[in-house]
Amino acid sequence: MTDTTEPATGPRSRVHLDNGGGAPLHPLARQALVQALDDGWADPHRLHTEGRRAARLLDGAREAVAGVLGARTEEVRFTASHAAGLRAAVLGTTRARRRAGGHVVVGAVERAAVLHAAAAAASAHEGERVTVGVDRSGRVDLDGFRTAVARPGVALAALQHANGEVGTRQPLPAAHDTARAVGVPLLVDAGASLGHDVVPDAWDLLAAQPTDWGGPAGVGVLAVRQRVRTVPPDPEDADPWAPGGVSVPAAFAAAVALQAAVADRAEQDARRRALADRVRTAAAAIPDVEVVGDPDDRLPHVVTFSCLYVDGEALVTELDRAGFAVGSGSACTASTLEPSHVLAAMGVLTHGNVRIALDRSTSEDDVARFLAVLPGAVQRVRDVLGVSGL
Amino acid sequence: MSAPGGADAHDPGTLVVDARGLRCPLPVIRLAAAARDLAPGTLVTVLATDPAARLDVPAWARMRGHTMAATTDHAPGSTPDAAEETADEAGRPDAPPTWPLTVRLGGGA
Repeated sequence: MTDTTEPATGPRSRVHLDNGGGAPLHPLARQALVQALDDGWADPHRLHTEGRRAARLLDGAREAVAGVLGARTEEVRFTASHAAGLRAAVLGTTRARRRAGGHVVVGAVERAAVLHAAAAAASAHEGERVTVGVDRSGRVDLDGFRTAVARPGVALAALQHANGEVGTRQPLPAAHDTARAVGVPLLVDAGASLGHDVVPDAWDLLAAQPTDWGGPAGVGVLAVRQRVRTVPPDPEDADPWAPGGVSVPAAFAAAVALQAAVADRAEQDARRRALADRVRTAAAAIPDVEVVGDPDDRLPHVVTFSCLYVDGEALVTELDRAGFAVGSGSACTASTLEPSHVLAAMGVLTHGNVRIALDRSTSEDDVARFLAVLPGAVQRVRDVLGVSGL
Repeated sequence: MSAPGGADAHDPGTLVVDARGLRCPLPVIRLAAAARDLAPGTLVTVLATDPAARLDVPAWARMRGHTMAATTDHAPGSTPDAAEETADEAGRPDAPPTWPLTVRLGGGA
């Protein structure tokens, strides 16, 4: 390893367009993380000076997140991860409401952590997980949702604010009104939207994902309205919602990143929405490519499309070779044979899928370069399979 | 794998495309290749073991102006209950389930 053999920085650096749930660390989050590693390394439950200093950082982080959510500081907690927060929310609420019944209502395109926790909670309380379908754009069937939550014996309903795979927003205010009218708490997964979009005040429990807005990994956000009855999953632990405690530096940096993301959200929304529209238009112009998700009522930064007769794994690899990192919901790119349950529930093509989430650092030039190579990459992958004329 | 094991369960006029053992997107490509020169109204059944095929064949049919024949039309994301009925390979326990998916070709092919 001698640095003399390292090539000079190439004229074209890599472009990372797979930022959903894994955005680069925000520069201010990096600063905050370093500062909190110095100041907040101690156990926040200890009574000494170092412990109290860590506790103050943690409280400050809760307050900052609460301010963004329009919640009280006491209503905000940190968890070990977004998935852990979702799971704790589902299990903790259904346990407290087991006398009301054991059914858990979920949208068909909820995150896997929600679907799995809902199934586990329902079977633990002799109920069923009731899955409400979505239309071709990925939006939940509101009438079906109404019917499902109004059924007797529902402990909890869960609906995301927006889908991180296809960008479609869910009819959250209407769903919350419906659930509220029948006394069923609504868990909102804002893991793909908080920091990018305005999350309406239409939730009883809300979970969010710092890695999605430029915060560090290893921490999640869970907010629970004080009116909601819950039994935390580990009531005996000093941190009943996050047994073993959370990383204070990570929580602090996540809160700083969220404040920074919210501060210029409107500009980033307009800028990224325009870039996403360019990707949508250019992708749709490639023969036999279907852009999926709602064209308007969606997250500003997410674009997904499926290419007919294209092997998703081959296309991801081809684009990677050209310097572009993209995601995919195709089965061929997953460790299992099953394609994305989101694309499946929408009834859209699951093969040849490309998933893009534009970061705040994604430039217009990045997008232009990506769009310049995309049609050729699709064509090359198709040529290998000999599908011309089909 | 060349024998269309499920063919006798269908109308003798139905063309059967055996895509068992193939992974996405090959079942759809085989189906599209078989459908290319067929007249509108023809029924084509694709036999697939890839779970993605039961989603992608209906999506392909929609994009190409074909329709799924009602008997094998699985709703998106549904459990393929019909799979066991046509499980082939003489009930070999480790054989993957086969989904028969029948498309009626439209005029726009």
